[in-house]
Amino acid sequence: MNTKIGESRGDRIFTVCNYIFLSLLVLSVLYPLIYVLSASLSSTNAVASGRVWLFPVEFSLLGYKTIFEYSKIWTGYGNSLFYMVVGTTVNVVLTILAAYPLSRRDFYGRGIFMFLFVFTMMFNGGLIPNYLLVQDLGLLNSRWALIIPNALSVFNVIITMSFFKSTIPNELLESAQLDGCNDFKFLFKVVLPLSAPIIAVISLFYAVGHWNSYFSALIYLRDASLFPLQLILRDILVQNSVDPSMMGDATQLANKIGLQQLLKYSLIVVSSLPVLIAYPFVQRFFVKGVMIGSLKG
Amino acid sequence: MNVTGVVESKSTISEVKRKTKKNLFTKVKKSWQLYVLFILPLMYILVFHYYPMYGASIAFKNFDPVLGIGGSPWVGFEHFKTFFESYDFVRVLKNTLGLSLYSLIAGFPLPIILALSLNYVYSKRFKQAAQLITYAPHFISVVVMVGIIFMILDPRGPINNFLTLFGVKEGINFMGEADYFKSIFVFSGIWQNVGFGCIIYLAALTSVSPELHEAAIVDGASKIRRIWHVDIPGIMQTAVLVLILNMGSFLDTGFEKVLLMQNPLNLSASQVIDTYVYNVGLVSALPQYSYAAAIGIFKSLVAFILIIASNKLAKKVGQDGLW
Repeated sequence: MNTKIGESRGDRIFTVCNYIFLSLLVLSVLYPLIYVLSASLSSTNAVASGRVWLFPVEFSLLGYKTIFEYSKIWTGYGNSLFYMVVGTTVNVVLTILAAYPLSRRDFYGRGIFMFLFVFTMMFNGGLIPNYLLVQDLGLLNSRWALIIPNALSVFNVIITMSFFKSTIPNELLESAQLDGCNDFKFLFKVVLPLSAPIIAVISLFYAVGHWNSYFSALIYLRDASLFPLQLILRDILVQNSVDPSMMGDATQLANKIGLQQLLKYSLIVVSSLPVLIAYPFVQRFFVKGVMIGSLKG
Repeated sequence: MNVTGVVESKSTISEVKRKTKKNLFTKVKKSWQLYVLFILPLMYILVFHYYPMYGASIAFKNFDPVLGIGGSPWVGFEHFKTFFESYDFVRVLKNTLGLSLYSLIAGFPLPIILALSLNYVYSKRFKQAAQLITYAPHFISVVVMVGIIFMILDPRGPINNFLTLFGVKEGINFMGEADYFKSIFVFSGIWQNVGFGCIIYLAALTSVSPELHEAAIVDGASKIRRIWHVDIPGIMQTAVLVLILNMGSFLDTGFEKVLLMQNPLNLSASQVIDTYVYNVGLVSALPQYSYAAAIGIFKSLVAFILIIASNKLAKKVGQDGLW
């Protein structure tokens, strides 16, 4: 593949076409993101009249200023942060507790347990029975409704298990056992220190999942003070309902419409920023996760 | 003679049984700590995944919150019958299958093409930049994604502005037209996931033996020929695996996204099984739990059959299945 010397004409044409194709693809992925960013930095007037198409028109930070004064969004931010941190912690602990025994060949009943876990990936009771269960457990309209029902993803258990299987050699366990090490100690003192990569991968998967989810909150929560950011975003971006108190001194109708549009752009930027800033640094972990996931358990 | 033989064998059987029982006990005892570790996840799975399967039995009952799941009276297949005979059934099923098939067919080849294309990029920096950018949309949340779709397709948004260059006078209300719904859904999905979907193929391409490429070059094969005869056979197995996995979630159709994109104007194209269950079971003023649960079971069953069937199919065409 690296032999560039003596490329035939056809190959050179192919290479050129390939670069053109890729550039077009990259640009078409990039364009909507740039558009949103530029629009969020433009004036209400320019946004309302649709004059923005690539760069900010009549640069202004009004959208951001309005958002920073809107307390609901910050409550949502705080709630989302809480769900993400607590939820991910619970997720990671439970995933390791499930994956480690399943990775051990001498874990009696492993086949049955494995089947019990994998079967849930193929068949589920459906939305309504899950809702009734959460209701019966008294979790409705509480923070736990977003954490406990999603405490574990079987997919992540499987990738963690295959990581343990491939990186913790059996000899290590045997020699530790000879030295009188029990299973608890082995897990905490030997397995976990060797598992930093997989813990990073599944933490990221879980954390992004928590940050981006809205549906559980939509069905389980009633109290607006518990809403995660995504649910508040849904009201503004999708349902189009903007709190009048947010519009402040924009009295004229045209101004109002413009500000409403502007707010949406700025909101998108503000809410996606944490993930998109962190993303280039953690990208390789995600890639790694996809690779491990593609191995068969 | 015969009698004693029988007695003898009986006694050996019971002895063997006792032995295995003892073995089982010692086996469990030997690794009791593993069971202690395992108990919490196991309880979670039983409560939050298997109990709802029992709860799904309300599909065959007239669920009454006062009587509970066990106490409600049985009605057999009545709810299923109502659903199959209703006007909504055909429409909802058509939308679900149509949307799923469209996503599957349109979404499958592009990640492969992107991976092959990236594989023939020599500039490392260009390749990394292309990967970084195309992976990024994957991390945008559904809500924000739908928000972006609404804005880009707004009657005064950039797409409509662009169309005015071609003489389209009035802004098209894309989200208000049922005809556009499926395409908007599918192609925004591709926009978001094409990069991430290609990672797995890039990995598969690195495992294609370089000797095959060298041999092909010696034989005078052009790059297109090498893609066709070396690369594509090399990632075939992965492609089939991805296809099976997609089949398993075939009917899920990105339910959360459909729900957000749904509005009264495009409902005739956007009502899928999952949103229907949600609307009938949780949103309506008179929630019909049993009816909604029956529809949910119907969907789970169809999905289950699909994944088993596609696995069988994969084995038949000579590829390894999932199990």
